[in-house]
Amino acid sequence: MKNKILTFLGALLFAASAQAKLNVVATTSDLAAIAKEIGGDKITLATLAKPTEDPHFVDAKPSFISKLNRADMVIEGGAELEIGWLPALLDQSRNEKIVAGAPGHVNCAQGVPLLDVPATLDRSRGDIHAAGNPHFVISPSNGKIIAQTIAAALAENDPANADAYRANLKKFLAALDAKLAEWRQKLAPFKGRSVVAYHDSWPYFAREFGLKIELFLEPKPGIPPTPSHLAEVITKMKAEQVNVIIVDAYLNHRTAETVARETGATVVPVTQFPGGLKGTDGGYIELIDSLVNSLAAALAEKK
Amino acid sequence: MLGKDCMKVFKKFGLAVLVLALTAGATSVRAQATNEIGQLQRQLLQMQENFDRVQREQKAQIDALTQKLEAFTKAQSAAEEKQKLQMQLAAEMSADATNAPAMPEKKPWSPADTFTVARAGSAYMNMSFDGMMAVGGSTKSAPSQFLQLGDHDPQKNGFSLRNAEIALDGAVDPYFKGFANIVLKLDNNNETSIELEEAYLQSTTLPANLQVKAGQFFANFGRQNSQHPHTWAFVDQPIVLGRAFGPDGLRSIAAQVSWLVPTPFYTEAFLSVLDGQGSTSFSFRNPGEPDTLGVNRFYGRATTSRSLEGAGDLVFVPRLASSFELTDEQTFVLGASAAFGPNDTGADARTEIYGVDAYWKWKPADADAGFPFVSWQTELLYRRFSAAADPTALPVLRAENLTDWGGYSQVLWGFKPRWVTGLRGEYATGNSAANDAGDPYRGERYRFSPALTFFPSEFSKIRLQYNYDHGAQFGDAHSIWLQLEFMLGAHGAHKF
Repeated sequence: MKNKILTFLGALLFAASAQAKLNVVATTSDLAAIAKEIGGDKITLATLAKPTEDPHFVDAKPSFISKLNRADMVIEGGAELEIGWLPALLDQSRNEKIVAGAPGHVNCAQGVPLLDVPATLDRSRGDIHAAGNPHFVISPSNGKIIAQTIAAALAENDPANADAYRANLKKFLAALDAKLAEWRQKLAPFKGRSVVAYHDSWPYFAREFGLKIELFLEPKPGIPPTPSHLAEVITKMKAEQVNVIIVDAYLNHRTAETVARETGATVVPVTQFPGGLKGTDGGYIELIDSLVNSLAAALAEKK
Repeated sequence: MLGKDCMKVFKKFGLAVLVLALTAGATSVRAQATNEIGQLQRQLLQMQENFDRVQREQKAQIDALTQKLEAFTKAQSAAEEKQKLQMQLAAEMSADATNAPAMPEKKPWSPADTFTVARAGSAYMNMSFDGMMAVGGSTKSAPSQFLQLGDHDPQKNGFSLRNAEIALDGAVDPYFKGFANIVLKLDNNNETSIELEEAYLQSTTLPANLQVKAGQFFANFGRQNSQHPHTWAFVDQPIVLGRAFGPDGLRSIAAQVSWLVPTPFYTEAFLSVLDGQGSTSFSFRNPGEPDTLGVNRFYGRATTSRSLEGAGDLVFVPRLASSFELTDEQTFVLGASAAFGPNDTGADARTEIYGVDAYWKWKPADADAGFPFVSWQTELLYRRFSAAADPTALPVLRAENLTDWGGYSQVLWGFKPRWVTGLRGEYATGNSAANDAGDPYRGERYRFSPALTFFPSEFSKIRLQYNYDHGAQFGDAHSIWLQLEFMLGAHGAHKF
């Protein structure tokens, strides 16, 4: 009888430990999408920022403190993207596992070659990021680096499932490589073409696919468009025959539409976050798919 | 005829045939043409087969060799790698990291280069300077006498600069974070005064969801008391907070332990123990202000300089706060706080303060740079101050309880990026006591304040505020203030 009880308790314990999945919190939905590919059903995943929200301006809601308190691992973009809200939350979460420097704190910017690292820090040039441009996840090549970073962290924090994470990583990288060839091919005819963006959050994407995204509706990062700056942009667009404007879902579309009316350009709503636009909530590959397809369509239409 | 035949042959068999045809000589061509063509075809086929076979064989050989070589170099490089790692580790362990991993190449410094004193992430701490000034005026000649009782409020008609703050924060070590706020301000004679507003450390790695904070800091009572003036939504401190906590807010050398309660929604319990001595513990062991004879008085009573005799003479501040996500776009925070401690009007005189606070915020899922939003914040406070008798006062003051209560409620509307408009309504009153006449901290008072704030960037703001003020002590008053703020450097992230 005693033995039976012990066996039963043992089975219960085993069941409990088997069900205890690694609790992962990602700051943004793009990182969450990659983590999901690697973690699969071995992790539970929560995302803090909404995919439709500007990741620079997320409220440090108290409910996030509770989520971070229970987390085994936090995945942040880093490079100051979350600097306005995450540090205060981590301080209050009192979770040793995820403090900066702990194995459960994953900074995805590490290992990614960052662009636009300012030589001097000067806010008269707008709200620039000291560490470099933090919008790096949108380039599939960086997506591969991030997947590796996340896989390594998952394996370290949950060694029991390390093989599964490695297998998922391999699968994801293969899928991404196959798609990357397809995306490159789709955008190849538009190599060197100029595209206007609202905010300077596209240098990695532009570099990946040989596009030029160097004209912005914002006069300086974080400074809203002014009429004089827009006039300048319109002149340049006309002179250089630029006729596609991309605008993130959370940014003001009216300004872009005004510029489009003046220049005959097309406004393409885009997002860098899975779930930020309809048809992008499938995952990271679906996100890039939708972006590449809508850009290719707009560029093909406007010769 | 010959030419024609030759052309045909050329066309059919190409270069190889041409070479052979030329060597064979022109006369024999005609006679043996058919014969030789067949022979040549066979030869060509055989040569091609030979060539293909040799190529296949060589390819196989090359592949085998490559594989062998690869396996060999792999083993070798793994061994080399291991050796290298061992050497590196040994070097690092025996001395300081002279063999550190390759650093990005640095160009030599030149005098033309800019210095970077501190930047987030690469410096040991965030360092910022926040300057806040105001210009404006009121229908009363001395606003600081009755109207603007907060220490960081604009205090005189014309210009004032009441908050120039140096804020430092960062990780002390793996166990603590440290914070310091040093505030400079210009008094009514534009002389500079300085105060150590906050200096504390906070634990990062305590078990059981606990966190400890120790040093000089704003007590965690309600919402606004612990916030720094540059995060306030209006240019001045709410009346009721001034009455309960004085011009500076409730701030003291203290220790706080807080516990994140493991509920599905956010709940946090705080308990602070404050030293409670001095004017920043206004309702507690506050010696008050000297009268014309140099006797320190508070609410008319000569204060005792009470020294600490036991734990009961400290100030205890418990607080409980919870937060709920009403919808994806609405957050609600609810809190209850209290403060208990002795006051300096007599040996057994004590003070109790109770407060409730609520905060609600709506921000749509597709907000652009945090806009638009609507928020509502309300605090209600009740204080019972048992004032001891003072037989030496003129007229004699008997022991009595001063009870005060009041609150404020404010709504903010961020109607487009960078623009916020707000309205605050306030009310405060108390029982009548013997020494009320001329005391700006007592008597009924209400105030309405509409404000409009423009944020050119996250680091600067311009705010215009109008106050309609009514008090039993001063009647009606109208004030208008224009506030300007700027921030330099890296400033730590703010709480919700």
